[in-house]
Amino acid sequence: MGILEVKNVNKNFGGLKALSEVNLSVKENSVHAIIGPNGAGKSTLLNCLIGKLIPDTGSVMFDGQSVLGRKPHEINQMGISRVFQTPEIFGDLTVFENVMIPIFAKRDGSFRMHAFESVAHERDIVEEAEAVLADVNMLEKRDLHAASLSRGDKRRLEMAMCLSQKPKLLLLDEPTAGMARADTNNTIDLLNQIKAKRDITMCIIEHDMHVVFSLADRITVLAQGTPLVEDTPDKIKGHPKVQEAYLGEAA
Amino acid sequence: MLGLNTKDTWLLVIVALMTLFAPFLLNPFPANSSLAQFNAGYPDLMQRFVIFGIFAIGFNILFGLTGYLSFGHAAFLGVGSYAAVWMFKLLGYNVVPAIILSVIVGAVFALLIGFISLRRSGIYFSILTLAFAQMSFALAYSVLTPITNGETGLQVYTSDPQYFQRSGAPDIPHFFGLEMRATETLRMGGWSFDINAGYYLCAAVLLVAFYMAIRLFRSPFGMMLRAVKSNQQRLNYTGLNARPYTLAAFVISGMYAGLAGGLMASMDPLAGAERMQWTASGEVVLMTILGGAGTLIGPVLGAGFIKYFENIFSKINDGVLHGWFGFLPDGIENVLVTVVHPFVGKGWHLTLGLLFMLVVIFLPGGLVEGGQRIGKYVFRRRGRKAGGAEAEAARKQPAE
Ligand SMILES: Nc1ncnc2c1ncn2[C@@H]1O[C@H](COP(=O)(O)OP(=O)(O)OP(=O)(O)O)[C@@H](O)[C@H]1O
Ligand SMILES: [Mg+2]
Repeated sequence: MGILEVKNVNKNFGGLKALSEVNLSVKENSVHAIIGPNGAGKSTLLNCLIGKLIPDTGSVMFDGQSVLGRKPHEINQMGISRVFQTPEIFGDLTVFENVMIPIFAKRDGSFRMHAFESVAHERDIVEEAEAVLADVNMLEKRDLHAASLSRGDKRRLEMAMCLSQKPKLLLLDEPTAGMARADTNNTIDLLNQIKAKRDITMCIIEHDMHVVFSLADRITVLAQGTPLVEDTPDKIKGHPKVQEAYLGEAA
Repeated sequence: MLGLNTKDTWLLVIVALMTLFAPFLLNPFPANSSLAQFNAGYPDLMQRFVIFGIFAIGFNILFGLTGYLSFGHAAFLGVGSYAAVWMFKLLGYNVVPAIILSVIVGAVFALLIGFISLRRSGIYFSILTLAFAQMSFALAYSVLTPITNGETGLQVYTSDPQYFQRSGAPDIPHFFGLEMRATETLRMGGWSFDINAGYYLCAAVLLVAFYMAIRLFRSPFGMMLRAVKSNQQRLNYTGLNARPYTLAAFVISGMYAGLAGGLMASMDPLAGAERMQWTASGEVVLMTILGGAGTLIGPVLGAGFIKYFENIFSKINDGVLHGWFGFLPDGIENVLVTVVHPFVGKGWHLTLGLLFMLVVIFLPGGLVEGGQRIGKYVFRRRGRKAGGAEAEAARKQPAE
């Protein structure tokens, strides 16, 4: 049994079958990549995991509990954080506040009426946020408005926000898209460091095969809403069906 | 000090000094001079400045922080007033229980209305709050006459029980014997200043309300509210439930509104349904935006600005204008009076509307932004006069 078990999930948009009979099992503390052409349903699948969408049929179990019917904040509190395909950050807040909020959420739960404490006096949270920002090399940008960051920095910030929660499962939707080469390499290094600790499960969607093959333990290939194959990176590289459906096209 | 950082402490101290010396600051012109009509230091108006300041501070906690634009906040002001007058009728004329109950009633109503309205956001939320407020207004005006005394308005009659009214106590609202109406007039040369008990009570409450707002703005709770405004989706996917946060903000701002209503009734023991009308709800929106939504001091400035216009500009009639332009030849005098006429007196709304448009277009951050820009400009000029490459470099930096 994996930490994440997706069984027979179907999702239609009008007549469009975005997901059909998707099965996915992700082992705890592994890195599982999902690849596939544009419009394959990769983001839709992640949306079904975090409560943004509800599958028409099928089940999604995380850590032995169903996530279906739970609100997004409840699912996050179960231990799932997500980096979105287009960065979702608090643009009007400073970089530092952006990373403090997830840490507050982790410590205090989904609501706490702390209207009389001062943010500046929350020593533990401030220190933790500083450490997280240092991890992604953004400490010197702490007082900038998040909206003013470059696209690559927004992604790094969003990644830092998710990592600061120490989630059990981290979902990454094209974390390096729109990044300069140097930033991409930094991100891969960061993800490799996280992976080396082996205390977090990652599910990563990525078009950059370099990233995928250097990170993933297992790969699922999704095309037109259906998983074609699931295997180790080495096997996937040589798989004829994959060559034809995806890699061939990309090459 | 008081758990505030240096900057916030200064802000609080400045506001405290301004409210303390308001009777003097607002009466800069000698009582007999032709400019005396621009004096705003009379008790009624000063009370209104601070009461609407409190109302706007509370409204800003909801609108400025979360971005949820309520068009029904006057309803809470209205129920606060009714609650206070009922306390006068039942208990007696001490304002303390009246003010306490007005806050509680404001909270209860805000909880009810907020619970339902916050199921929607954006324009639908605004419309829901507007609908609730208009419903409250209509009910207060007609169906609920036994509680609100309908058109006449709720007031205290000699036949009311006033169970705790002691025989020696004043027969008008008082604070443990100190009549709210009590006014000491100081005359100094040509000037006269009114020191009014009611005003100072309101000012003390304003300071407490302002202090609490600063604490809230700087708290994790305040940060979450700003996060709601910035990106509610992200907040949800970060494990935070936006609903209780917005509801808490709604209830807190309802309590501020109830408090303002209670103070209003404490200054003048009357409560009428028109206090709940949508124009009153719209007014607090204008005050907040004009002053600077989401800033600490902005709503207070906006409230003062609008109330000053309402009370001072509206009194400039043609007679006054002729007085001003009297030294000019008759023809020019008449032309000028005709030109200025639509903007003053009953036309004060026109001037206010134009000013509001100018502020929204050129100073989206309200009067506070205006102040900051002036501050920066002055600072930069002084820097340049001091000379040196440093100042020149600073000038080249973008304004932000
Ligand atoms: N909310 C929605 N409503 C309607 N159609 C949708 C919705 N979300 C996705 N789709 C459609 O479902 C299909 C799968 O979309 P999805 O975003 O999951 O693809 P993807 O694999 O993430 O592609 P990409 O690599 O471009 O991000 C697409 O055809 C898309 O247009
Ligand atoms: Mg996608």
